[in-house]
Amino acid sequence: MEDERTDRVFRALADSTRRDIVLRTLEAEHSVSALARDYPMSFAAVQKHVAVLEEAGLVTKRRRGREQLVRGDVDTVRRAARLLDALEAVWRGRAERMSEILAEPDGGTP
Amino acid sequence: MTVTDVHKDPDALTMAVTVELDATVERAWELWADPRQLERWWGPPGYPATFVDHDLTIGGRANYFMTSPEGEKYHGWWEFLAVDPPRRLEVRDGFADDAGRPNDDMPVGRMVVTLEERDGRTEMVITSHFPTVEAMEQLLAMGQEEGMVLAIGQIEAILADTPAP
Repeated sequence: MEDERTDRVFRALADSTRRDIVLRTLEAEHSVSALARDYPMSFAAVQKHVAVLEEAGLVTKRRRGREQLVRGDVDTVRRAARLLDALEAVWRGRAERMSEILAEPDGGTP
Repeated sequence: MTVTDVHKDPDALTMAVTVELDATVERAWELWADPRQLERWWGPPGYPATFVDHDLTIGGRANYFMTSPEGEKYHGWWEFLAVDPPRRLEVRDGFADDAGRPNDDMPVGRMVVTLEERDGRTEMVITSHFPTVEAMEQLLAMGQEEGMVLAIGQIEAILADTPAP
């Protein structure tokens, strides 16, 4: 994934509605109108969110009759999530080790 | 739970981790101020850190390396930008070559650490700043295998019940 595309992915995932759309379309294909029914916003607004996600490569769209069906792209999501989760995991590990040092009988002080 | 909050801001390229520690602020500060304690928690399991220098003054430097289970050494450096014991610490952190000289081809990050007392305990917030997404990727890819391994496990678990497209 080149730099510019990574930027787009992170920007796309910075919004909670868009993260929700990604999670739901990873589970199953949804039509834009079905998604629009579940958010307190207009069809056009949801469509715009889907367009941002599509541009970032996080979802793909296909037509079926008059419907537009949206599907999450597992590979891209996996890559982006991995990056942020990696940093989180590093610090969770460090925090655990800090706690262990402080919990030693002498408070970890040499 | 030791980590009480994690705030990721993909736009600003920052991540803030809030850690609650059962110790006074003065004691928790020592985790950063004493290199012998620092090297017990900085490196992931199997990659112990050794701090060769640790000059805790503004403009001062810390030099360290982490040793892999295979004996390979990964060198890094810090530059202390702010030292305000026991409340605040700010460092630039980057990678170094085998001789410990800063590697200019590698990105440089910044860390801000704040410590505050909360009912006799310490709330420590570590905020990591990355200049670019690329830098974030590079910094994460280097010497932070623990994170990669754990993170991959988590993602695989989440995706396990996601049908293949």
